[in-house]
Amino acid sequence: MTQTFETVAAIRFGYGFRAGEPDIRDAGQLLAQLQGPDRAMLRFPTPGFMERLDILKQYRIQVNRVKELGDIAKDDLKVTKRARRVLVSEDINKRFARAILSPNGFRERLATFWADHFTVVPKGQGQIIAYGDFMDRAIRPNISGSFGDILTASTLHPSMITFLDQGRSVGPNSKAGLNRDRGLNENLAREVLELHTMGVGASYVQKDVRQLAELLTGLANTDHGTEFKQNMAEPGVEVILGRSYGGENAVIGDILAFLQDIAIHPETARHIARKLAVHFVADNPDPALITHIEQAFLRSGGDLPTVYAAMLEHPAAWVDLGQKVKQPFGFIVSGLRALNVPASGVADLGPRELKQMYGLPMVTMGQSILKAPGPNGWPEEAEAWITPQGLAARVQWALVASTAFGGETDPRDFVDTTLREVAGETLKFAVSGSEKKAEGLALVLSSPEFNRR
Amino acid sequence: MAHTRRKFLANTLALGCSAAASPLLTPVTFASAPTDKRLVVIILRGAMDGLDVVSPVGDPLLAGYRPSMLDGQHSDLDGYFALHPQLADLMPLWHGGDLAFTHAVSTPYRNKRSHFDGQDILEAGDITAGSDVRESGWINRMLALIPGARKELAFSVGRENMLLMRGDKPVSSWSPEGRIDLSPQAKLLLDVIYSKDPLFAEAGQVALTLAGQLNVSSGEAMGEEVDMQNIMQNMARSNKSQRAEGLAAFAANRLREDTRIAAFSIGGWDTHLKQTRNIRKALRQLQGAILTLKQELGPVWQKTAVVCMTEFGRTVRENGSAGTDHGTGGAMVLAGGAIRGGKVYGDWPGLAPENLFAERDLMPTNDVRKYVAWMVRDLYGLEQSGLETSVFPGLDMGRNPGVIL
Repeated sequence: MTQTFETVAAIRFGYGFRAGEPDIRDAGQLLAQLQGPDRAMLRFPTPGFMERLDILKQYRIQVNRVKELGDIAKDDLKVTKRARRVLVSEDINKRFARAILSPNGFRERLATFWADHFTVVPKGQGQIIAYGDFMDRAIRPNISGSFGDILTASTLHPSMITFLDQGRSVGPNSKAGLNRDRGLNENLAREVLELHTMGVGASYVQKDVRQLAELLTGLANTDHGTEFKQNMAEPGVEVILGRSYGGENAVIGDILAFLQDIAIHPETARHIARKLAVHFVADNPDPALITHIEQAFLRSGGDLPTVYAAMLEHPAAWVDLGQKVKQPFGFIVSGLRALNVPASGVADLGPRELKQMYGLPMVTMGQSILKAPGPNGWPEEAEAWITPQGLAARVQWALVASTAFGGETDPRDFVDTTLREVAGETLKFAVSGSEKKAEGLALVLSSPEFNRR
Repeated sequence: MAHTRRKFLANTLALGCSAAASPLLTPVTFASAPTDKRLVVIILRGAMDGLDVVSPVGDPLLAGYRPSMLDGQHSDLDGYFALHPQLADLMPLWHGGDLAFTHAVSTPYRNKRSHFDGQDILEAGDITAGSDVRESGWINRMLALIPGARKELAFSVGRENMLLMRGDKPVSSWSPEGRIDLSPQAKLLLDVIYSKDPLFAEAGQVALTLAGQLNVSSGEAMGEEVDMQNIMQNMARSNKSQRAEGLAAFAANRLREDTRIAAFSIGGWDTHLKQTRNIRKALRQLQGAILTLKQELGPVWQKTAVVCMTEFGRTVRENGSAGTDHGTGGAMVLAGGAIRGGKVYGDWPGLAPENLFAERDLMPTNDVRKYVAWMVRDLYGLEQSGLETSVFPGLDMGRNPGVIL
């Protein structure tokens, strides 16, 4: 049977079907999800940056008090520690709950896509606490703006500054550089060019990296978030890709100007077009699809809704499903959607429940939460995920989730509502032959049809 | 709903039994190679205090630095260094020449003392910040130097994201308690479902085979159902078993077959507080892992080198809470029949204040990577030039300390 628009839209561009949500009938409905307020975030709001910083400051204060006063201050420290834990686990809880419960699957998928494109791997409690702000303040509000905006927001966010060592980078001829004999750190500059904009192998050279590293000096983390510190900034003009930025006095405006320029560079357009096609459509997408997205990017100056529309209007985006494998996060989210887990089953989970339901299974599936292998994010190719261990973990999770949430669902109905015409005859036969309901459901969730998209 | 949520929690406890559940441990990873020498790398996460584990009790200054931590219980090794009492069961290995240490070692990492960066550098084998090499681990890059090294399908089972193993060369992994609790009938059906998709068919077959073998070998009946009772029983079984021993037993099981290189980690070394008490748990795990490897490897132990390394050492002086803080120079633990044991290797800098690094840490006089590089050179006959460029970029291997027999 040929696959319908509704099915491909739900599975390729969303997190799969969930009972009670209306079908997506045309590309306009997918794009409409991007308009208006971020309802998933309003439903599951998270604290802002200052509140997060405050918890960190409190922690530092309490640690020092324990050092000074000893045991009598320990209870206060415990309270602060608990506040840290709660914040971190709520962030994770909400990331899953939004994706599972939101009817705007395309919007959720895009949030995941951009968070991976601008990967930050937070290390240690402080960075993990700040990371929730990166997700909700730098990424989510910017997925329907221009590429320049999301690039700027993520590059300047304290999480990125810390992750890619920008705070350690000092202009050698800046005041701080001359006084303290400190120098450049190229990490952020390199990744901005190599991963976030033009892509590896693009036409920049080492000199451009070096010049960009000089331009980026001055960006640093303070107790109020990212600030531009004049005394760390390399004075003088920087020439990057043939364009000059800055003057005798370094200002943050020069950095912003560069980011807007590089955001609409032709090689950036190509790189982003390719990444979107690879993430949503196929590990090896039709070159015509990439070119079509790329042209829309160039034409619109990186206006993201225009870029997404170009992807969705191209016939190559609607080839049959099965081109890709869901990553573990998408597998778990779509599994719980298929099982129609009610809001009460995924909202307000405690740290222990989160660990059992998501954390440990994600580790075994190969996608430990917040621990991407590097700034290049998670791998896209199917082979990276369907390993013996990764697949075993999916099967085991499917069984446990089906046992817990399957209720009286008949597996023969489940295969139809979850996969519709995508379910092969073999799968339908096997499901009808299973002896126990939970196992029947688990077979559906373990199937290639469900794990591919 | 609270009911089903609790039920989910109970059900997932089966997954919770996985070694990954423990912050102390990460799952075992494997690589197979065409040689009969075995290498086991154990990463000791959290910065092991070398001065406590292999204690320089012969230095009169030690007591002054650590007034609350010396209890005289350490076992004498060579008249100067003494072994922590929690490793006393390893003394027969020491006397038998199957246990050695290096002291005053570190990676090239200096001054920042962050666990994360320290472990990254330890596993990457490279200090260059932001370089591509940091994206891969030294074991993986070493595999490129071993001719004919390949992913051994029969055992290339597993997962894991240890940086140590990451890279271009195929390496597989499996958590020893990975399980599939489907009934035998459902497993057959799963096999059928996967038959038409080669990617799933191949992975599924290995997964079902290995999960089956492991369930049987751990004494569990095939086809147990996922219900509360079974899960609780399995939990109890898992809790009883020493976790590092479980990893070591599984590693040994694979090493007896085609696997030649195995790695896992033991955490819990970050003893900022009441170290005398708090270091024991980690040491028990380490001792258990080494003894299990010896026992389970049988005759293969003679061809095996075990190297345990940590991201950095700890401060020479104890801190205000009877613990130690992040330092620089530390120690490595070496074991196995392939090791020239009964010796503490290294160039001991002494504990005199002027000899300390940054006036606080044991001065590192040798690079951790130097010992590892010579070990793998002697085990696998690798070219020194390759080790100094691609495996451990920028390392000067210097003179062979002769750790391998």
